[in-house]
Amino acid sequence: MREIQIPIDDETIRSLKAGDAVSLTGVMMTGRDAVHKWMIETFIRKTREPQGDDLEVYEAIKKILDGGVLYHCGPVVAGLETGEYKFVAAGPTTSIREEPYEAEVIKHFNIKGVMGKGGMGPKTLQACQEAPAVYFHAVGGAASLIAQSVQKVLGVYKLEFGVPEAMWVIEVKNFPAIVTMDSHGNSLHESILKASEAKYRELLGV
Amino acid sequence: MQPDLTQEILELVRLTATSLPEDVEQALAQARDQEEPNSVARSVLDTILNNVKMAREHSTPICQDTGTPIFYVDMPAGWSMREMRRQIEAAVAEATKRVYLRPNAVNSLTGKNTGNNLGDEYFPTVHFHEVDGDTVTIKLMLKGGGSENVSTQYKLPDTRLHAGRDLEGVYKVVMDAVYQAQGKGCAPGFLGVGIGGDRGASFYAAKEALWRTLDEPNPDPDLDALEKRITEDANKLGIGPMGLGGKTTVLATRIKAIHRLPASYFVSIAYMCWAYRRHTLIYRNGKAEYK
Repeated sequence: MREIQIPIDDETIRSLKAGDAVSLTGVMMTGRDAVHKWMIETFIRKTREPQGDDLEVYEAIKKILDGGVLYHCGPVVAGLETGEYKFVAAGPTTSIREEPYEAEVIKHFNIKGVMGKGGMGPKTLQACQEAPAVYFHAVGGAASLIAQSVQKVLGVYKLEFGVPEAMWVIEVKNFPAIVTMDSHGNSLHESILKASEAKYRELLGV
Repeated sequence: MQPDLTQEILELVRLTATSLPEDVEQALAQARDQEEPNSVARSVLDTILNNVKMAREHSTPICQDTGTPIFYVDMPAGWSMREMRRQIEAAVAEATKRVYLRPNAVNSLTGKNTGNNLGDEYFPTVHFHEVDGDTVTIKLMLKGGGSENVSTQYKLPDTRLHAGRDLEGVYKVVMDAVYQAQGKGCAPGFLGVGIGGDRGASFYAAKEALWRTLDEPNPDPDLDALEKRITEDANKLGIGPMGLGGKTTVLATRIKAIHRLPASYFVSIAYMCWAYRRHTLIYRNGKAEYK
């Protein structure tokens, strides 16, 4: 188990290989479907004008994401009424839904780690090689356990996207994950897919 | 007079969200024991089992995606469905406030989350059946989006898979669904399979099939054999926990066949993740029992 501090430098990223178990400490941010769409449309492809607090939020998250980690997660959060937020359950969501956007998001914000479950596709794998960046796989559904590694909820942006879709800024300690896509073009997901494909064709005779 | 079961239903929701059924936990522990020591698969299953313990102890959600609450209510003649639904909605809203559930009802057109898990008459989903006697049985299944996204429906015959309108065809499409899902449904999973129906009923049957406990065989011997064959062969794919490789990809398969139109032969796969959250409330003579 390698201990990694966030923000992460390129040298550390290049040293990580698919299959490595890591323990992450530092500040990270959650972001899933609504956030990716908002980022792409408002700031990257610019198909939409910034509105309301968009620019303010953008400036704030740029700092967190530079050298940082974006966590695909829709948490269960207590303390919504008082604003004393506490993460109660915070496992990863399936990352592949963000595949159309992730490469551009990684490059635009200089993100070093994208975390979720189920892995991502060839576009993201390519971006990981170029950026450089890696994909961290957190254990799907280990929600209560993962919430324990969240020391503090530092804040939240775009709560109007709904609790699961907002950008939650969290301070984590020893958050366990496995590198499943590294910055050298290796993806555990691809190798498992190929191996299972061979067996599947054999069993079905296709 | 129909009793107010809001508190009992609230407890059913809490239990379902935080306490994994014993038979499911046992199946996961057995799967863990079969994986190689020091393997990724073993460490994933260890993490899952630790999480299950922690969630039960602290009464926190087993998984952050508390899913669509799907209720199956068996109640005596003369009880009001509207009143029962009102009580269920009150319990669900309260459970959300207490953070047993994540707010999950999103308006499909506006993207707005309602904040209290109440959407339209489909969210929460409530199915009603009238039964003899005076016992009310309320079953709750929480089914998350990850598993729902890899659930799918086939039409037989299927040219690509050379699958005809028979159990061999069913075998092929179910295997295809497991292969396509890889780890995205949070493997190791459970397969609910519905054969027949129109498209809606077919999926309904697939979810209903999931309710049979892990030790109950299928009353139809052909289906029982097919269930075992699918589970065994799915595990040969080596997809493993979270799709990261391993010996267990499917823990059990459950098949339900219903009538169909001559022109249609649907096979629906309701993929259930490892966090197979289901519990039952039995209310009789003023007393509530939870299973």
